[in-house]
Amino acid sequence: MTVNELAKLIDARLLNGAAGENEVKCGYACDLLSWVMAHGSDGMAWITVQTHMNVIAVASLHEMSCVIIPEGIAVEQEVLDKAAEEGIAVLGTQLDAYRICGKMAEAGVGAA
Amino acid sequence: MSILKEEFNVAKMDFVTAGEASAQIKRILKKLGVDAGVVRRLSIACYEAEINLVIHSDGGTLSLEVNPDDVVLISKDIGPGIPDIELAMSEGYSTASDDVRMMGFGAGMGLANMARNADKFRIESKVGEGTLIEMIFNLKQEA
Repeated sequence: MTVNELAKLIDARLLNGAAGENEVKCGYACDLLSWVMAHGSDGMAWITVQTHMNVIAVASLHEMSCVIIPEGIAVEQEVLDKAAEEGIAVLGTQLDAYRICGKMAEAGVGAA
Repeated sequence: MSILKEEFNVAKMDFVTAGEASAQIKRILKKLGVDAGVVRRLSIACYEAEINLVIHSDGGTLSLEVNPDDVVLISKDIGPGIPDIELAMSEGYSTASDDVRMMGFGAGMGLANMARNADKFRIESKVGEGTLIEMIFNLKQEA
């Protein structure tokens, strides 16, 4: 599915208005950046409560499709702009990580 | 003869530009047409090295050397050095501060992740002097 389709599925908004057509290949949830560096993959939709610039660096190095920020956590404009520049979508939803994972799994998005 | 040589400075505790050197190195390699799988492995290892320089060192450099057969990436810092390399290499061991951990770093995966992604990995360190990590990525499949 595309990031835009994923956004609908998890009641999310495309916070940086970019890369909505990226293909989502798998899902992952983790807040330890160093862990994600070791386990990330391309096309991944990554759920994290971290919102600083390095999240975008990690997502970009792995060529992920999007970063999903749960529970309505605010993301600084600078970070959103950087993500857009790197071709990474940033989704924001009120759902928590557990519910996001549940919906994604139900819709057939697999693990990495 | 090498095709290209570049050096990037990495500053201590500068989390705003952390990752910039790795992103730039990734762009250079892509532009040179290096195999996507190699670019990916190298970018991951490079980012780990860069973050380690930011978190743990007093500052250092990342140098990239592209050769016809391989790419050499060297991370060199000016200290403080690693007292026990074997311990530092073990996954899950980290000396990162609580502040750094709050950002999601310091899982103790960095060095092991570098070694996993590089074709050759070498680390040397002396307390009070600094650490040198050399990683080699093969461009051609071995016959």
